Amino acid sequence: MRIALFLTCLGDAVQPEVGRATVTLLERLGHEVVFPADQTCCGQMHVNTGYQREAVPLVRHHVETFEPYDVIVAPSGSCVGCVRHQHAMVARGAHDDRLAERADAVAARTYELSELLVDVLGVEDVGAYYPHRVTYHPTCHSLRMLRVGDKPLRLLRHVRGMTLVELPEADQCCGFGGTFALKNADTSTAMLADKMRNVLSTGAEVAAAGDASCLMHIGGGLSRLRSGTRTIHLAEILAST
Amino acid sequence: MTAREEVLGRIRAANAAAGHPPPPDVPRDYHRTGSHPAGAPELLALLRDRLVDYKATVLDAAADGVAEAVQIALTEVTGPVVVPPGLPAGWWPDGLAATRVTDDGLSPADLDATAAVLTGCAAACAVTGTIALDGSPDQGRRAITLVPDVHVCVVRAEQVVETVPESSPRWIRRARSRSSADRRPRATSSWSGWRACTARAR
Amino acid sequence: MTTFLGVPAPRGVGHLRGEHSFPDAARGALADSQLRRNLGHATHTIRGKRASVVGELDDWEQLRLAGSALKAATMARLDEHLERLEREVTARGGTVHWARDANEANAIVTRLVQETGETEVVKVKSMATQEIGLNEALETAGIEAHETDLAELIVQLGGDLPSHILVPAIHRNRAEIREIFLREMPGVDPELTAEPRRLAMAARAHLRERFLRAKVAISGANFAVADTGTLLVVESEGNGRMCLTLPETLITVMGIEKVVPTWQDLEVFLQLLPRSSTGERMNPYTSAWTGVTPGDGPQTFHLVLLDNGRTAALADELGRSALHCIKCSACLNVCPVYERTGGHAYGSVYPGPIGAVLSPQLTGVEDNASLPYASTLCGACFDACPVRIDIPSLLVKLRARHVDEQRARTVPSAEAIAMAAASWVMSSPARFAAAEKVSRAGRLLGRRTGGIAALPPPLSAWTASRDAPRPPAETFREWWARERGGAS
Repeated sequence: MRIALFLTCLGDAVQPEVGRATVTLLERLGHEVVFPADQTCCGQMHVNTGYQREAVPLVRHHVETFEPYDVIVAPSGSCVGCVRHQHAMVARGAHDDRLAERADAVAARTYELSELLVDVLGVEDVGAYYPHRVTYHPTCHSLRMLRVGDKPLRLLRHVRGMTLVELPEADQCCGFGGTFALKNADTSTAMLADKMRNVLSTGAEVAAAGDASCLMHIGGGLSRLRSGTRTIHLAEILAST
Repeated sequence: MTAREEVLGRIRAANAAAGHPPPPDVPRDYHRTGSHPAGAPELLALLRDRLVDYKATVLDAAADGVAEAVQIALTEVTGPVVVPPGLPAGWWPDGLAATRVTDDGLSPADLDATAAVLTGCAAACAVTGTIALDGSPDQGRRAITLVPDVHVCVVRAEQVVETVPESSPRWIRRARSRSSADRRPRATSSWSGWRACTARAR
Repeated sequence: MTTFLGVPAPRGVGHLRGEHSFPDAARGALADSQLRRNLGHATHTIRGKRASVVGELDDWEQLRLAGSALKAATMARLDEHLERLEREVTARGGTVHWARDANEANAIVTRLVQETGETEVVKVKSMATQEIGLNEALETAGIEAHETDLAELIVQLGGDLPSHILVPAIHRNRAEIREIFLREMPGVDPELTAEPRRLAMAARAHLRERFLRAKVAISGANFAVADTGTLLVVESEGNGRMCLTLPETLITVMGIEKVVPTWQDLEVFLQLLPRSSTGERMNPYTSAWTGVTPGDGPQTFHLVLLDNGRTAALADELGRSALHCIKCSACLNVCPVYERTGGHAYGSVYPGPIGAVLSPQLTGVEDNASLPYASTLCGACFDACPVRIDIPSLLVKLRARHVDEQRARTVPSAEAIAMAAASWVMSSPARFAAAEKVSRAGRLLGRRTGGIAALPPPLSAWTASRDAPRPPAETFREWWARERGGAS
């Protein structure tokens, strides 16, 4: 299958290893990966901070960039959530019904990584080997916006050599919330502290998630604590052999 | 312009501004009935469980054994027992030591001096463990079941339904009736510290 | 587009606006470790109870869909339902009053109490009367209002403000409640312990005498059935029924959104509300009354229908769904922000996620501008809401409204400039790639640890408690170009 990779701006600029892992994984499974080089950002930060007008050119650019592709994957629950649940809304807010229709069409072909693997490619055992003790944070937008359910866990349970430890209060938000982390830094920090306490209580070496932004938040906190627990993206585990 | 006209005008303007959203059809595909008919043994057992869970005492009685069960329920009650004017014949236990006070508009202070109340009910919902009273003559006015510490309530088996949707029409009946002096439906489900008496028709 | 902006709730009366912005008010709450423990314990307990009783119903989603549709259908014909309600209440001996706002409602209630000649009233917990600041208005007129709900009593005796829709004293623990009772309750047993049953008994003894002598009661309403004229109050302690039954005069203050068209609609809401709010299959007491019943209950009944900004919310195509709220408070109990900050930080009687969408709509966004941002948009509130109010989408919409209102300012904020710049950069792949190269200067920072420990404002808010990632040596697109020879 020919799959277009929507890496997301954060993945491109800050966590390129996530993109490389996604490519490795999908190619190992026998698929062709293409990277539409014009891609930039889905505009989620703009929409969620109230700058919907500024998000319109981003939505238009995203739609134009990905319209030619039949299957699009992003290793990010929240960016897929934005594409699926907000792009058409932004277009309609700008009274561009045609753009809204095109955005809906692109959104219907856009999948989060675990959705693509389990629902579209029908695979749960991707042949990965990752000999570490891992706990998984399901992330709010994957859980409640996309309803990916236990798909990431089903993928992880097939990884050889890995010990998967259940994260207490896993469904609780880590406190990132985009600009929330800046505007309400104290509350965000209190939420992060509880998330880290739960992560550390598992004794895991690695905390995994399917969203670069949540990982940047939890990872930033764990790094500050010098806790020794590091963060990793789901794609990187699944790409490991 | 009166406040009434102004508020109604604002509502109409607001609905116009919001584009007069068409009222959606209300899907009623939730359970409107349970699996058992009113009074089924399973429902009586469920209601009993729920009431016991709420710290009520539940006694079973045959149709002709209500007075006997009421007597047991009121054994430890020493003060006066208030009853509604329409208490069915045969419910009051003749051997009871407590004084029977038939309500004729007792003041809150008078009611405060009573120790218990004995009434019937309008319906009971087994799933939630709720008993509904609607002010019918066998239940009396609201205050009598409110002030005394002990409420002995006779629930007839056929009054016990399974679900909330099955029970609510039973306590609205009187609210709809314009001919009735008492149009006020009412439900009670607290049995904490009270006693309940289930009279089961056999 | 909408041109009707509605009339917001007036300033200077009631409790819909806080003195401080949410982040400032939250800071104090976050520093109070006792408060954090009280809230954490209470919200986790009630969350578990709710999940358990909701799990008992295999038609929960169907009930939610029915509840949501019922509310939307009611709002679409709200004027007709209110007129019907007024007719039915009047036909059964009640008197209906209309209040444009808090000041008007307070004046009506004050006058009605004064006409009875009484200077004391008992009250059953009501969000609407807290919203309009009725107790303060009555006090100004020399009328003493006694709250009779246990938690509300704790708040009143403690000279405090409510912090939760359903459990107004959720921020207090048992030991604190005992202290308040010992200090403020006349004639209380000096041996009083902090055992919940003993505390409840003390409150009951304190209140019972009040109930028996009260001549006037003031209540809110959970529902009003238009086609029968029946009002309902749903409660836990029985104090509500006392207030609704024993006094001679009953005055009910109700927001106009509380009306439901038919009695049958209650079969939906009486399942959704108790399971969502207290985690019970049914609340202990549900009282319903229709006008006046000769010889039974209050012989004078007044219903005050309150707007106070509700029609302003109704004018918004999306925002109007906040009026569907049945005040169950499930969204508060599952909200990770509320759990940390408590209710006072929201500055309004309506705290938590629903408060963050309702309060700014009642007052106008500029008066509660920080509330729409008091959420990570994690979505837990939407999942818990028994009438499916999409609170995250409403929050995003209100943020947009706030930003659009700010555009009218002559000088754009630093944030607005940054957002516009980011939009300009990110709508062009060339500009985005160039910006990535510039950001790589950040690699000069954090060389030893791999993370950046301090950044200038506003990003210092991030690095106060978390390291920022050090930009990578090579972006993905550079790797792709190098490995795969350019664009596909």
